Amino acid sequence: MLRLIGISVCSLLSACLLTTAVAGQGITPARQAELHELLIEDCGSCHGSRLHGGLGPALTQQRVKKLSRDMLIETVLAGRPGTAMPPWNTMLSREEATWLVDQLLKGVKTP
Amino acid sequence: MKPNTRIPLSFLWRMVLIISTITASAPVVADELRGTGDLGVIIERTSGSVQIIETTHNTSLARVDGLGDLSHASVVFSRDERYAYVFGRDGGLTKIDLLKHRIVKRIMQSGNSIGGAISQNGKLVAVSNYTPGGVKVFDADTLKLVADIPASYADGKLSKVIGLVDAPGNRFVFSLWDAGEIWIADMHQPSRPKITRFKNIGTNPYDGLITPDGRYYIAGLFGEDGMALLDLWHPELGVKHILPDYGKGDKKLPVYKMPHLEGWTVAGTHAFVPAVGHHEVLVIDTQNWKQVARIPVFGQPVFVMARPDARQVWVNFAVPNNHKVQVIDTESLKVIKTLEPGKGVLHMEFEPRGEQVWISVRDKNQVQVYDTETLQLIKTLPAIKPSGIFNTSRAHKLGL
Repeated sequence: MLRLIGISVCSLLSACLLTTAVAGQGITPARQAELHELLIEDCGSCHGSRLHGGLGPALTQQRVKKLSRDMLIETVLAGRPGTAMPPWNTMLSREEATWLVDQLLKGVKTP
Repeated sequence: MKPNTRIPLSFLWRMVLIISTITASAPVVADELRGTGDLGVIIERTSGSVQIIETTHNTSLARVDGLGDLSHASVVFSRDERYAYVFGRDGGLTKIDLLKHRIVKRIMQSGNSIGGAISQNGKLVAVSNYTPGGVKVFDADTLKLVADIPASYADGKLSKVIGLVDAPGNRFVFSLWDAGEIWIADMHQPSRPKITRFKNIGTNPYDGLITPDGRYYIAGLFGEDGMALLDLWHPELGVKHILPDYGKGDKKLPVYKMPHLEGWTVAGTHAFVPAVGHHEVLVIDTQNWKQVARIPVFGQPVFVMARPDARQVWVNFAVPNNHKVQVIDTESLKVIKTLEPGKGVLHMEFEPRGEQVWISVRDKNQVQVYDTETLQLIKTLPAIKPSGIFNTSRAHKLGL
């Protein structure tokens, strides 16, 4: 019984940790605002500031939800050799890239 | 009559007088004769608006709203410098009356566009589109569609079109990003453009330019080293690959924003262009199209713009280096000044004779005006997330 409780507490805890990672609560609101800005302005210079695409493909919720989250995170961090997509790991941590991808998956408010 | 009823009446009259005086002295829209040679347009991209400015006293005259998604917007002008044609990212094409400060006509001509040009005779406005990939040509007066040129290649796929410019002989020249081709559209019969295709010009041309004399069209290549050169005096000679050895053996740095080739800079026999994936400005000898120097700069150059007298070249940079601007002396080929206007320097536009330059600073919501002789900031104007700045003097320049 005790062990069971232990396990459920554990799984609860890991579930909590997972949600934290998903929601990116380790990223301060100020940094979140910066990242949102980066998404609109800098990602937007190729993907369109309304994310409808440009030189790069559209990043609308409709399109990105068909793609794997891990693949999206890797693409942000490492870029795509042979295309115009650069690696953003010089400016973004994995947690920040994850937060950005989750924003895309949730749908981003664009200007 | 009670005295207290008389007071409000006379008060009312005074108000009417005051109001009519204000109206008479308020900035007049086209009631007063004025030229348009000192006017310009600033793109405010997130709010979908533009400001109309004048460069004689460096003031803003008006804001025009309702232009849609203006990320990566650009502008060309009618030859009488009265109308501005604004190309928006969402495929919108808007014609603005610079004297009346209003939209004359606005159409949605595609799903996703990247730029445009006005023909040599001023009668046609062409737009280059990403989706559906191709060029559409409109009547400059009415914005009615005159010709549709789908950029089809390999099995009918459509390519994104970039680097659209006007050329002498009432032609438009443009490049196909996906196909690696340059096309010339001869517009002598506007509804039936005559297309000349140049294939295998290189991988992923990202922008194109035409030299100020209208002779050479050059496309920058993102997917490989070098540039593609087309002599419009002799298109029968085909496209030549220039600067093939540039960057060979060097590791390329990531490119966080595509460089632009607008504002092609020729000083004497030297041309200045942004390197791709290197924090350098390249100097090319236009006699033989060989590289003569590489000037190390602060970041990945985006715009490399010459002051009209070509004594200076001003350079801005891609993120994360977009808070600075560098000035190169074209004689010594050295950076003579590094300015720090602030984060998000997106564009620079010289006044027609170059004594001042306007710089948009997105994150400060500012446009800054610098004296190009003293290199000092002389004026700051508020603007909502400004990007491109375009002066009407472009109306009389080939390729702009």
